Amino acid sequence: MNENLRYSETHEWILIEGDTGTVGISDHAQAELTDIVFAEPPPIGKTFRAGEVAAVVESVKAASDIYTPVSGEIVERNAALEDNPALLNTDPCGAGWIFKIRLSNPSELDALKDSAAYKAQIGE
Amino acid sequence: MRTPLYDAHLAAGGRIVDFSGWELPVQYSGILDEHRTVREAVGVFDISHMGEFFVSGPGCTAWLDSLLTNNLGGLAIGHSQYSLLLNERGGIIDDLIIYRLEEEKFLIIGNASMIAEDEAWMSGRIVGGVALKNASAEFAALAIQGPLAGQIFEKLFASKMPGERNRIQQIGDGFVVTTGYTGEVGFEWVVPAAGAAAAWQQVLEAGAKPCGLGARDTLRLEVCYPLNGSDLSPDHTPLEAGLGFFVDLNKPDFVGKSALVAQKAAGIPRRLSALRVTEKAPPIRPHYPVWLNGQPVTETTSGALSPSLGDGIALAYLPAEFAKPGQEVEIEVRGKRFRACVHKKPLYQKKS
Repeated sequence: MNENLRYSETHEWILIEGDTGTVGISDHAQAELTDIVFAEPPPIGKTFRAGEVAAVVESVKAASDIYTPVSGEIVERNAALEDNPALLNTDPCGAGWIFKIRLSNPSELDALKDSAAYKAQIGE
Repeated sequence: MRTPLYDAHLAAGGRIVDFSGWELPVQYSGILDEHRTVREAVGVFDISHMGEFFVSGPGCTAWLDSLLTNNLGGLAIGHSQYSLLLNERGGIIDDLIIYRLEEEKFLIIGNASMIAEDEAWMSGRIVGGVALKNASAEFAALAIQGPLAGQIFEKLFASKMPGERNRIQQIGDGFVVTTGYTGEVGFEWVVPAAGAAAAWQQVLEAGAKPCGLGARDTLRLEVCYPLNGSDLSPDHTPLEAGLGFFVDLNKPDFVGKSALVAQKAAGIPRRLSALRVTEKAPPIRPHYPVWLNGQPVTETTSGALSPSLGDGIALAYLPAEFAKPGQEVEIEVRGKRFRACVHKKPLYQKKS
């Protein structure tokens, strides 16, 4: 588990570089979702408040909402997921990232969990 | 409720979900992997939740013929047929398979969710001399499906799997039938509940891979086998569902016949149609709106991403005049519409 990542209650991770955060789903989340066959990252330029649905990923069996852990504007989306949604399963914390968001309220990061707290949440 | 194989599912890494009140595995290794296994090799499903009824006694053939849509007249001993139990309006209560064990003795296998209803419907119409026994709790069943199913059969029973579908034979205190719900060759093994765990183990040791309800659903949808409760309901007739082949309107009478005759005369208003998405789209799921000529007209009754075809597929009741191969429709997913086309059934056909 990457020690630099912060996690939300709803299993998204965020990696902060400067004023921008890269967001994806945790390894635990991808294992629970199983075979991911579709991903819809948000459009560039769209703004969200923390906790809003920013993306959708779908397994064979179900569609799942992905919540942004922080407020801000989408500055990049992982278009590779549209052709290869399985990246969310094979490399959820790397090549399977979903979007990059420019933070409008960095203090929201304080509410997120570090990897130790997230591990405790998922019982690892 | 749990089948006798509940612990075996946990041991095999099964992910348990609720299915009509039954705790059953939706998957083990993954739906895509299990789907591929059944299309290319052989998988085994626990179908112990399904209902088993025995019907016997003088006159039972005629009695069943008065309740079921298909004709038992031409059904040889050791053979089976697909049939439907209808209400008076011609709507579908259950779809089931009826196996002729003796001249006047039948095994009926119906849907898990309908066991109580099937029993109540049939026992409420029973006639003298006919015995109806609900043996659902006494039997477990395994479905062994896929192109290599014959190898499993030979290892289990030291004999060749019958080449024809819809055959039943008694082996030990169970039954082996060459039926299935996947579009592949294979057999179903109905065993006493006490022997289920041993049978499951034998099938795994013979080389079949455990498969769950998720793959069972994508496999059956690709070959357009309807699922009762989703694609079939008391509000739709078998003629609307495209099951007219299993309805003999020349029989003297059966429950629902007059409604079907009237519907046929008036024109069948809608037909269960197979849809295939023709552009990049999210997986299709049940209850998604279906649009025709810019108007929402119905919804999908089943839907999935077809693992074999790589496209979204669905079933939906379309107005009859539009239920023709090549007809373009749109399926709405989260407020966006995606193009799809009515396709000849089945959606997936094995290349031989």
